[in-house]
Amino acid sequence: MNATTRLDRRLESFLRMNAAVAGSITIGIVAYLLLESLPALHAVGPLRFLTDPSWNPVHGAYNVVPMVVGTLVVTVGAVLLAAPLAVASAVFGRFYVRGALSKLQRRVLETLAGVPSVVYGLWGLMVLVPALARIGPPGQSVLAGVLVLALMILPTIALVSDTALGAVPEIHLRGAAAAGLSRWAIVRSIALPTARSGILTGILLGTGRALGETMAVVMVTGNVAQIPDGVFAPVRTLTANIALEMAYATDAHRSALFVSGLVLALLTIGLVAVVDRIAQSTGQDGGRTGVV
Amino acid sequence: MWFRLRPSSWFDPAWRWRVLSAPHDAVAHLAMWSASLAVTGVFVWILIDVLSHGASHLSLELLTAAPADAGRQGGIAPILVSTVLILAVCMAVAMPLGLCSAVLLSEFSRSTSGYGRFVRRSLDVLAGLPSIVFGLFGYAFFCHALGLGFSILSGGLTLACMVLPVLIRSVEAALQAVPDDIQTASAALGLSKTTTIRSLLLPAAAPGIAVGLILGIGRALAETAALLFTSGYVVRMPGSLFDSGRALSVHIYDLAMNVPGGDGMAYASALVLLGLLLGMNALATTLVQRWQKSKGLVFG
Amino acid sequence: MAPVIAEIALQYEHAYPGMRVDVQSGGSSRGIGDVRNGLAGIAMVSRALEGREQVLEAYPIARDGVGIILNARNSVEALTDAQIAAIYRGEIGNWREVGGRDAKIVVVHKAEGRATLEVFLAYFGIDNRDVKADVIAGENEQAIKTVAGSPEAIGYVSIGTAAVDIDHGVPIKLLRIGGVAATLSNIRLGRYPIVRPLNLVTREPATGLARAFIDFVRSPAMTGLIEAQHFVQVSE
Repeated sequence: MNATTRLDRRLESFLRMNAAVAGSITIGIVAYLLLESLPALHAVGPLRFLTDPSWNPVHGAYNVVPMVVGTLVVTVGAVLLAAPLAVASAVFGRFYVRGALSKLQRRVLETLAGVPSVVYGLWGLMVLVPALARIGPPGQSVLAGVLVLALMILPTIALVSDTALGAVPEIHLRGAAAAGLSRWAIVRSIALPTARSGILTGILLGTGRALGETMAVVMVTGNVAQIPDGVFAPVRTLTANIALEMAYATDAHRSALFVSGLVLALLTIGLVAVVDRIAQSTGQDGGRTGVV
Repeated sequence: MWFRLRPSSWFDPAWRWRVLSAPHDAVAHLAMWSASLAVTGVFVWILIDVLSHGASHLSLELLTAAPADAGRQGGIAPILVSTVLILAVCMAVAMPLGLCSAVLLSEFSRSTSGYGRFVRRSLDVLAGLPSIVFGLFGYAFFCHALGLGFSILSGGLTLACMVLPVLIRSVEAALQAVPDDIQTASAALGLSKTTTIRSLLLPAAAPGIAVGLILGIGRALAETAALLFTSGYVVRMPGSLFDSGRALSVHIYDLAMNVPGGDGMAYASALVLLGLLLGMNALATTLVQRWQKSKGLVFG
Repeated sequence: MAPVIAEIALQYEHAYPGMRVDVQSGGSSRGIGDVRNGLAGIAMVSRALEGREQVLEAYPIARDGVGIILNARNSVEALTDAQIAAIYRGEIGNWREVGGRDAKIVVVHKAEGRATLEVFLAYFGIDNRDVKADVIAGENEQAIKTVAGSPEAIGYVSIGTAAVDIDHGVPIKLLRIGGVAATLSNIRLGRYPIVRPLNLVTREPATGLARAFIDFVRSPAMTGLIEAQHFVQVSE
């Protein structure tokens, strides 16, 4: 083994250690959630978290299903709305404008990415909700949550997609242009497929952000713990559940709130597992395809 | 020298013919413009709203004085200092850790390697956990178990946990974006992987790394719940990293949601935060560009 | 309680240079938990101690009323206790039924565990499971902003918070309860029926620095500050 390889091996071990730290944070947090949920799971039993008549912990009712539905509806809605818009913005910045305009768009996205949830929530509560209330009271609803969340995750998806699109080799684009393909055809058949892995990463990050968003959601979704019967109905997400009640909850109630946190973690793990399976089957999983 | 595909101009008749002759091209064109305008439009809407509520409270005093009357008057100077310190701790921990992990994921693990998959998936799960859970975990682990108490250190470390997934995944995407040719050429020349990564790959991926940094900073500045439980609520000018200090986002939340009559100052503080964000982003971009140039490579 | 105590802490530090008081926010239960495990010396608890908490020492420092708020543009001026209870139980659904315009009532409720909720439900004799809410708010300010933004909304919040907001021009109004107006003097005289205590809580009977601070909060020097927040100060 020569010096080069030894150096490389050492680098690799060092890097592996770092990555291990990153991975163990997740394990640590999930373990913490589990630990804090145990008292409630023990006293109440896991089944009741699915079958109790409602969520009223002070009175002994612990059904989390309405909140699970709330989280899913709001997250899926936000991603469905934001992903196409974000990818379109990224494509726009890379292929349809140049120079100053392109830079401006990127600055806008970067700034949007750093606006605190509180500001989005405030804007949502004071501007969006009254506007929605005129169409369908009370205004704080699934729709408000979807719109605000989509706004929050759009920059992340757009910026990561932009990086991926920027990596499409010039040669391919020029070749396609030489063959007489129109701009949209080039984007559709060359750029997007090549950048697919990066775009998916962006969408996954955005979905994660949407799943975990707390502050803004609490301010605009109405927080009523019931399964929504329309887009104008109020809804409560798992994150809002914890945020609303944790500060004033004691003992059993507190532990039950950790259970809803655990459910969210399980949901996320499930989502990631599904994406992992899909990525495996299509061979698009990051890492270089030919590691030298 | 790499060339950027310069989008054709409207004045090029050949291009114009191509656009107009294929209807789905024109539709796509329209769609792209609408999407961008919609996004920029909402941003302007929010900005105008924040400006209209907060501009009247903007002044030099805001940036230099301490809060008075529960924050309804005075300024946010100690809070700005605390915020920058928390950000610094967060980045100091997350950057090296994140960069190393991203390099590992991108360069050292095959697509199907179990270890790489595990780390990548754990990061994806981490990205989806609610900020309040990070706050509770940070409180239990950093404040309690490690005995750091309510402090800027606890806050920064907790934030680092939150920022890590975004940082790692976007840097990884940036590294992937660098063409494989560099790897091949390096190997042909007999360079070690370490040299390849340090002198070629990282500089080449610099713009994307900058994006990762910016997303990370953005996430960190935007975080409220996690910091409330870890770095705390105290408005005093911090004397050390072990002191409790209120972050700007926490202050905005407090003024808007806890202190009656605090709305105006909340919006003004939000404007300052946006300014801070723009400043940080510009700093990050310039630093990365400077570093990239120092390596003698300028790409794209 | 955090904002007003933080202000008092600032005054304390001015009055006694060299003393440092760190105020953290996070809710009554967090306060109790932190005092129990020693992370905090004094807890701010915006309700009376219950059950197992009663082994701790509570020092009431103020009284806060809980008031019913309507949007300022709502034509309804007064509601009886029975009407309010019926609205929250979902039995009355339209403002028309209580003398207002034809519009669906938007009921703003609080999250479980909050002191304002418990005091409200206790006074009106409603079980939380029977409440039909359209919006559930976390902090008082969220409820106020919701009611201020929606002419058909009704909610209940801390009078201290609502009164300060009204002073700042927020378009809400406080209703009379049982004919008694929601004012500071009525709370002080004990005429206003829905009140909750604001407590400072310690693990054992307060001594030394903790005692000094609690006495400071209760001192006449702080009366102005506390009453400016529309709370009624409580002394020994």
